[in-house]
Amino acid sequence: MKARYPGYNVLDKRGTVSWDDVTREVIKQRMAPPSESRFLDPLAWQTLQAVCESVMPQSPEAAQIPVAAMLDERLRTNAGDGYRDMRLPPLRQAWRIGLAALNEESIATFRQPYYSLAAPQRHLLLERMQRGELVHPAWHGLPSDIFFSNRVLKDICAIYYSHPYAWNQIGFGGPANPRGYVRMYFDRRDPWEAAEAKPGHEVRARRGKHRVR
Amino acid sequence: MREFEHDDDVDFAIVGTGAGGGTLACRLSELGFRVVAFDAGAWWRPLEEFASDESHQKKLFWTDERLCDGETPLVLGTNNSGKAIGGSTVHFAMVSLRFRPEWFKSRSLLGYGADWPLDWREMWHYYTQVEQALKISGPLKYPWGPKRPRYPYREHELNAAAWVLARGAEALGIDWTSTPLATVSAPRGHSPPCVYRGFCVSGCATNAKQSALVTWIPRAVAAGAEIRDLAMVTRIAVGNNDRVTGLEYIREGQRQFQRARHVVVAGYAIETPRLLLLSATSRFPDGLGNSSGLLGKNLMVQSNQAVWGVMPEEIRAYKGPPSLAITEHWNYTDIGKDFFGGYSYMSQGPLPIVWAGALNRRGLWGQALLDEMQHYNHQVGLKIVGETLPQERNRVTLADEKDANGLPIARVTYSFCDNDKRLIRHALDFMGRALDAAGVGDIWEETNDTCHLNGTARMGDDPRCSVVDGDCRSWDIPNLWICDGSVFPTVGGVNPSLTIQAIALRTADRIAALAGRGELDRRPQKKMS
Ligand SMILES: Cc1cc2nc3c(=O)[nH]c(=O)nc-3n(C[C@H](O)[C@H](O)[C@H](O)COP(=O)(O)OP(=O)(O)OC[C@H]3O[C@@H](n4cnc5c(N)ncnc54)[C@H](O)[C@@H]3O)c2cc1C
Ligand code: SF4
Repeated sequence: MKARYPGYNVLDKRGTVSWDDVTREVIKQRMAPPSESRFLDPLAWQTLQAVCESVMPQSPEAAQIPVAAMLDERLRTNAGDGYRDMRLPPLRQAWRIGLAALNEESIATFRQPYYSLAAPQRHLLLERMQRGELVHPAWHGLPSDIFFSNRVLKDICAIYYSHPYAWNQIGFGGPANPRGYVRMYFDRRDPWEAAEAKPGHEVRARRGKHRVR
Repeated sequence: MREFEHDDDVDFAIVGTGAGGGTLACRLSELGFRVVAFDAGAWWRPLEEFASDESHQKKLFWTDERLCDGETPLVLGTNNSGKAIGGSTVHFAMVSLRFRPEWFKSRSLLGYGADWPLDWREMWHYYTQVEQALKISGPLKYPWGPKRPRYPYREHELNAAAWVLARGAEALGIDWTSTPLATVSAPRGHSPPCVYRGFCVSGCATNAKQSALVTWIPRAVAAGAEIRDLAMVTRIAVGNNDRVTGLEYIREGQRQFQRARHVVVAGYAIETPRLLLLSATSRFPDGLGNSSGLLGKNLMVQSNQAVWGVMPEEIRAYKGPPSLAITEHWNYTDIGKDFFGGYSYMSQGPLPIVWAGALNRRGLWGQALLDEMQHYNHQVGLKIVGETLPQERNRVTLADEKDANGLPIARVTYSFCDNDKRLIRHALDFMGRALDAAGVGDIWEETNDTCHLNGTARMGDDPRCSVVDGDCRSWDIPNLWICDGSVFPTVGGVNPSLTIQAIALRTADRIAALAGRGELDRRPQKKMS
């Protein structure tokens, strides 16, 4: 797929008046998560990595967003949402049960651990999870569709879109303090915003990015 | 800041410093009462401590665990309420609306819900006071309802998402306006004008937002109130004369006790009933102030459904406050409805995480999600703040599970009723037509969002059918008060914070009046009606 905002890198604005010191520090930490699992056991960790690859596929050429490591870190710090559907156990327990159950489903269906499945099989099992069709005893009564919507999608996608690389893909302006924005009308772009490649105008878009300051 | 001793018999100990508690702390201290206000949250300095970042700013929200069930289990956390000095107003979207006058008597005048023990004309007076105190930026003329004074600051410029609302409304022949907002459009004191950075629901690092943190709290401190941050109140103590004597709280790991002549609970519609339930004694086995049995019941959300689509033009809805344009048409029109109640709808500006969440709930993930996210700068939508009806089955109770302090956590049970569903259907149909008329394509419906919790300790005229009276005073314990969104008998179709603040201003005046008559420590004779 062609980049819609060619050459746009929100990090180019780091040193500008669109970023403040607090934000610089917060994003710096976001860009340097541990790359290894520090919470999940090895099998759960491999399963989680495979799930993340299916839910938020990333092109191997692109700089990677370490979604699984960031989620593992969240589990390690046990940072909850402030609520949970009563059908779900607490955060860590839900993920432990869910990942283990998914692996059991994989073995039952394909005679292979989940992480070793090819992408279409991984996808298939997740689709069945989304529809609530996975009912292996390893779920311990946890409804697989509720786990899928309230944990898998919610946790993984929130992490993905907390990362500057994801903002680049969608042309989000990113941090905006203290400068903010001036042009608010249709088709108006402040010079420090991502320039969109309209078909045939990719070059103009690429030039637009230089004016971050 | 003035500080009180634990043995000081302060006049008022207030639990919570948000829209209700912060406002009340300010006015009571300005009226000469000795006030200590407690909040479990931190006292943030927005300029130094707020990042322009959706996920980091989770620190503003109440993220201690709560359990949700019912037919429509609620989404709380960042969708719900704050934990900070200034409460939820630190991260709120600043939409500052008055109730439609008839809603204060919706049972008598409109045939649904419950009447408030308040008169709309009196509320109109207090709304004006809040609008002045927050220097609301709003339109020159407001299209609906009785005359109101001019908004103190000029309206904000519209963004493209707001213009889409305007186009749709004009095409369908209904009124719209720029939204009255609690963020300044020109400098005010320490607040520079809004810079349209769009991170409002992650906290305003500009300090343009007129939250309780930058308005009522500094005034309260200047008037001699003490604000005690990071102080989690765990119990309200009751003496053997059936009067409250103070409160227990935990600060810096220490269990402490503050004596007080009056206690006000203003902890939001979940924590307020939770604390009163947790404070049960053998004399009050069902919780404090619960002789009606209604404490925790009649929890009302506001429905928050949306229609979305994409436009060929760039919208870039992340710029500016999220809801710059509004129509209250369906709040003020009673014909053409197959449901009770009303709704407003507003333009929207979701940041990426919130937007991805909406698409997740539409069932999208994997490549389909990535593809749809490519339209981020072209997506545009309309979202309601819809009235739901009070139902006793919707309630806050105590769960078996305990929090870090060993106290039972809140269980929040919620289900829409048929009327709520009809309202939502009507709104989705109408907004879909509005988007279509505005030239938006690929329209789809987000059917399952909710916002703004209220109810759970309703006010009323009759102790059998309400938890507090019109002055926000407990019917059962005369020196116990509840002053936040919990006291709403109905919610209407507008965001609640202006009404919560107006009630708090009124309550402060009523407390001063009762004190002047010597009726503060004793419940007066039953009110003549
Ligand atoms: C994302 C979002 C956007 C919103 N946008 C708008 C809007 O545009 N317009 C609008 O009108 N409304 C809006 N609201 C709703 C509005 O913010 C709330 O309805 C309002 O602030 C509620 O006021 P309150 O006084 O009931 O509680 P809050 O303002 O939430 O204050 C309660 C405080 O009590 C504290 N507390 C609770 N229990 C305890 C305890 N036991 N001990 C110590 N402290 C305690 C909490 O930490 C909190 O700070 C929004 C809400 C959210 C979540
Ligand atoms: S858009 Fe305005 S109110 Fe919102 S965060 Fe930015 S400066 Fe504050």
